[in-house]
Amino acid sequence: MIWNEHFESMDREELRKKQGERLKEMVDRIYYNVPFYRKKLQEIGMEPGDIKGIDDLRHLPFTTKQDLRDNYPFGLFAVPLSEIVRVHASSGTTGRPTVVGYTRRDINLWSEVMARTLYAAGASKEDIVQIAYGYGLFTGGLGVHYGTEKVGATVIPISGGNTKKQIQLIKDFKSTVLACTPSYALYLAEAMEDEGISPKDLDLRVGIFGAEPWTENMRKEIEDRLSIKAIDIYGLSEVIGPGVSSECEQQNGLHVFEDHFVPEIIDPETQKVLPEGETGELVFTTLTKEALPLLRYRTRDLTVLNYEKCECGRTSVRMQKCLGRSDDMLIIRGVNVFPSQVESVLLEMSETQPHYLLIVDRVNNLDVLEVWVEVNSQFFSDEIRKLESLTARIKGNLESTLGIGVKAKLVEPKTIERSMGKSKRVIDKRQL
Amino acid sequence: MIIKQLSIFLENKSGRLTEVTEILGENDINISALSIADTAEYGILRLIVNHPDKAVEALKKSGFSVNLTQVIGLIVPHEPGSLTKALKILSSANISIEYMYAYAFDSKATVVIRTEEPERAIQALQEHKMELLKASEVYEV
Repeated sequence: MIWNEHFESMDREELRKKQGERLKEMVDRIYYNVPFYRKKLQEIGMEPGDIKGIDDLRHLPFTTKQDLRDNYPFGLFAVPLSEIVRVHASSGTTGRPTVVGYTRRDINLWSEVMARTLYAAGASKEDIVQIAYGYGLFTGGLGVHYGTEKVGATVIPISGGNTKKQIQLIKDFKSTVLACTPSYALYLAEAMEDEGISPKDLDLRVGIFGAEPWTENMRKEIEDRLSIKAIDIYGLSEVIGPGVSSECEQQNGLHVFEDHFVPEIIDPETQKVLPEGETGELVFTTLTKEALPLLRYRTRDLTVLNYEKCECGRTSVRMQKCLGRSDDMLIIRGVNVFPSQVESVLLEMSETQPHYLLIVDRVNNLDVLEVWVEVNSQFFSDEIRKLESLTARIKGNLESTLGIGVKAKLVEPKTIERSMGKSKRVIDKRQL
Repeated sequence: MIIKQLSIFLENKSGRLTEVTEILGENDINISALSIADTAEYGILRLIVNHPDKAVEALKKSGFSVNLTQVIGLIVPHEPGSLTKALKILSSANISIEYMYAYAFDSKATVVIRTEEPERAIQALQEHKMELLKASEVYEV
């Protein structure tokens, strides 16, 4: 099923024309309303009138996560705060979150692209959708929520965690669609097995999974153990949240909602647009978003685009499941974690030195983060309780900055390997 | 009267303790007392040796986290009630003990005591004519 046949199955030439018109309007808006963009465009001698079509996109400047941080909290908003009806945020380096805003029209747009996502996954108003993504500043819960209501399906806004209750409601409310991170889906499957519940006796039939990287093997496992169809969805708060792209029931690439978000693939080093079919960094331009329009936002996700028409009837470009990152960002339980955040926490504490190692693992299908910190002669106390209180403080400071649970461990100096003068900061043991 | 004790941070990995004793042996350093405090993931090795500064230098060079802690050495008769007597002196002077370890041999017992206020502890114990280990008895000049 296709929610918006007109735009999702549009003739590609017609679509490109539409994208060109929208890009022109978008550049016009940001030139006059966002000083940051006006300056950037003036630096390369561009004016809104210079945009003739979507092909001109490649001449425009990029936007990075750092630009959002530098303009914290609302500096890149293109409308007055009185027009903003919602703000979301993700954790950020040195405690500064990345803030995103929405006008009423943006919320409608978000509902629209999420409605498309649900239809692409095979859900409709007949479904009961259990939303186990976190509600709150994280875009996952509320993003899926509004789209589900738009489709007319029944929302169960249970949010993340509370596994026993999740299972009870899946059973009692006869939920048919589960929306959560893929690792939580596996965790639920395991918990059900422990309780002796057979997924075949449940009504669940579709899973809408995203917010973290997962493999085809993991998909197969989730589908077998929960006896559902597992659909990969993709999104990031900066672009809108969930609803940037989604697989259809063919499960062969994620359809990008291109009439709103234009993807490009660039070489992360040279920043040049790569020819079709080559793998590189995914970049998005938001054509219609009002509150936070972004020009060529560098996602740092690595993927490849496929412009062939899909068997489902959609003509929109498909991106492959993301293959990795072009920076050192980790996605742990759906939360973005940068090693530099850990470094800044340790630097702020007088007793610690920034010699650390992040060990990410997946235990019982849940991501766990262990942070090793080297003990040096200066801050080493010979009393256990002082070392234990230090460990507890490191843990507390890291958790409040990163927004996820952390295990802190003290290790001997030089435990952490120094290679070529630079330490190896991350060991990711997750089998992805 | 204050004795310098070596405190060494050790991860719970096999062979680490041997490495410490090896380094000390190679540097001709003699250990006269030793204790290990352990947790699930690491331990703290506490040592009294004849050349503390030289030992610290040698261990640091080999990458160990090591520092010197001030302790006092109390000598009490090896007989019932003698430790109680000493401890009462400290508690009535409001001196708290962080940790201690002891060994008795022949007619005497030596107790190594770590407190935040070693000078006051020494004063209180001396006022009550308690025997204390002198640094010169521990170190070799």
